[in-house]
Amino acid sequence: MLTGKAMTSRIETRFARCRAQNRAALVTFIMAGDPDASVSLDILKALPKSGADIIEVGMPFSDPMADGPAIQAAGLRAMNAGMTLRGVLKQVEEFRRHDADTPIVLMGYFNPIYVYGVDRFLVDAKAAGVDGMIVVDLPPEEDEELCLPALRAGLSFIRLATPTTDDRRLPTVLANTSGFVYYVSITGITGASRPDYSKVATAVRRIKAHTPLPVAVGFGVKDAAAAAEIAAKADAVVVGSAIIDSLAKTLDAERRGGPATVEAVSKLVSELAAGVASARR
Amino acid sequence: MSVLPKNSLRQGPDARGHFGIFGGRFVAETLMPLILALEDAYEDARKDPAYHAELSNLLTYYVGRPSPLYFAERLTEHLGGAKIYFKREELNHTGAHKINNVLGQILLARRMGKKRIIAETGAGQHGVATATACARFGLECVVYMGAVDVERQKPNVFRMNMLGAKVVPVQSGARTLKDAMNEALRDWVTNVDNTFYCIGTAAGPHPYPAMVRDFQCVIGDETREQMLSQEGRLPDSAFACIGGGSNAIGLFHPFLDEPSVELYGVEAAGHGLEVENGHAASLAGGRAGVLHGNRTYLLMDDDGQILEGHSISAGLDYPGIGPEHAWLKETGRVTYLSATDKEALDAFQLCARLEGIIPALEPAHALAKIVEIAPKKAKDHLMVLGLSGRGDKDIFTVADHLGGM
Repeated sequence: MLTGKAMTSRIETRFARCRAQNRAALVTFIMAGDPDASVSLDILKALPKSGADIIEVGMPFSDPMADGPAIQAAGLRAMNAGMTLRGVLKQVEEFRRHDADTPIVLMGYFNPIYVYGVDRFLVDAKAAGVDGMIVVDLPPEEDEELCLPALRAGLSFIRLATPTTDDRRLPTVLANTSGFVYYVSITGITGASRPDYSKVATAVRRIKAHTPLPVAVGFGVKDAAAAAEIAAKADAVVVGSAIIDSLAKTLDAERRGGPATVEAVSKLVSELAAGVASARR
Repeated sequence: MSVLPKNSLRQGPDARGHFGIFGGRFVAETLMPLILALEDAYEDARKDPAYHAELSNLLTYYVGRPSPLYFAERLTEHLGGAKIYFKREELNHTGAHKINNVLGQILLARRMGKKRIIAETGAGQHGVATATACARFGLECVVYMGAVDVERQKPNVFRMNMLGAKVVPVQSGARTLKDAMNEALRDWVTNVDNTFYCIGTAAGPHPYPAMVRDFQCVIGDETREQMLSQEGRLPDSAFACIGGGSNAIGLFHPFLDEPSVELYGVEAAGHGLEVENGHAASLAGGRAGVLHGNRTYLLMDDDGQILEGHSISAGLDYPGIGPEHAWLKETGRVTYLSATDKEALDAFQLCARLEGIIPALEPAHALAKIVEIAPKKAKDHLMVLGLSGRGDKDIFTVADHLGGM
């Protein structure tokens, strides 16, 4: 297994802090450049203050095959406003000037990275202050494409485990995973309806039997109550579509946002953070 | 299966689904176990004589195979060069080559115990074929079709409805074939337990490109046999249109190791290759990228965002191409050309008037290149057109472009 790290990573430090506070971590997703670069950067900066422990930054893609309508629309808004992969890295760079500690994980699909050039992307991402990445359409069978080079570059490659990942396959999925494991609690696309969380504890136990890494759980987490329910059983809660929905509601007819957009996202994230904090009391 | 020589061009893909650098399995983890199960099930079926017997029986009595290899006498006279034959896949049940692949996959779905079938469709021919096979075997059928294509291929939407399939118009993206495929993948990721994804072309994650090719090789295998019996020798050239490329790979593959047979794939040049985002020729105007489960040539911008492309033909209006074609282009074994909307429309009318056959707009693209190249060939040059589908579905589109006739 490749770890490629000389020092403790931001992701490890953050999980250690949450453990010390006896709570799960809150992982929030936003799409870079949604609704435009300036508002999205303001949201990014506001997230840690509202209680986000780790931030997933979406890289817009024209064909997001695993995403539901909310994240599809977010990517489209971002691309229409001119966001590119280079622009995503610039957003992270800007963010890092204000925040040296909050881990940033890029999330998206492989083609824009492939076209950017894998080696160049890893150098630029590292320089911008990126900590890891989740690339939805790169299963372990394609590890040589990006996962192994990323680990060698000292970046985490976070893999999704799903209900279809059985015990026989789990070791394959976990082999080169680093940072944390993202358990997708349903079979389906992002933003799908609320799953049955009673199975989450079992699933988390099943994954933990194979890895010492923290397990984050997401898909279908819509509010503080759902976040609390998962936070009681997992190391982290991931919220995406619900945040995008709250953002989208503030946009005007031309799909422009403003201070109200940042405020709406901050409010929801604060509620989610409170839900997460309440879970183990 | 006979043993292939070491340097055979027919032995791909490798165990990981690669044709050279192309192909692979670029899918979400949720789908990965399903794709591995499909690969196992297909390997198992390939070795089972009962599976082949059932498929062959259906191809004979349900589809009407073998399809004729027809000497297009008046077209040959008109062009004054090569002797032109049509491999008449348009005479198959449902009117196109698509049914060859669909029956293979539906029998596989039955072996795997899947009761719900999903498919994407562009021109609607694959959707109709899938709806047909599902009706025949009593399976639930959901077909994803871009809203734009629903509009321009109405007769096929009506046929699918008649056959009991549910047609879902896809409103995302450019609302054509690529978006239909995205939506089908989203369905599959959601309904993993009971659903079989019947992909219509020789693209997608491994094992689809190889599996679909294998099912379509019946086109080339028959052509070979028929030409040997009608002319006593192999053809000198074969032409086929390419969207994803399943009819072309089916026609070409059995001839890949016959260097005397020239192979020509014809992409859709739409308004012209020089028009930005105005064509669907991914080999001529694209570059290597990753989409829909495989690495292949794609039409995209500098940021890796996939372009919509354009073709008058809904079946060719796709920004990618099957990975084996991408590899065959790089090896140089197949020559890839393109035909514009206008060239295809001209060829469409020529075929209707000279041969009394209304071709689909898709193979009309390949015919357009025959019109160009046949006159330059000797009279004993045997040239085959893969006439992959009939044109009934296209009459409204054609009428529109010809000014309402």
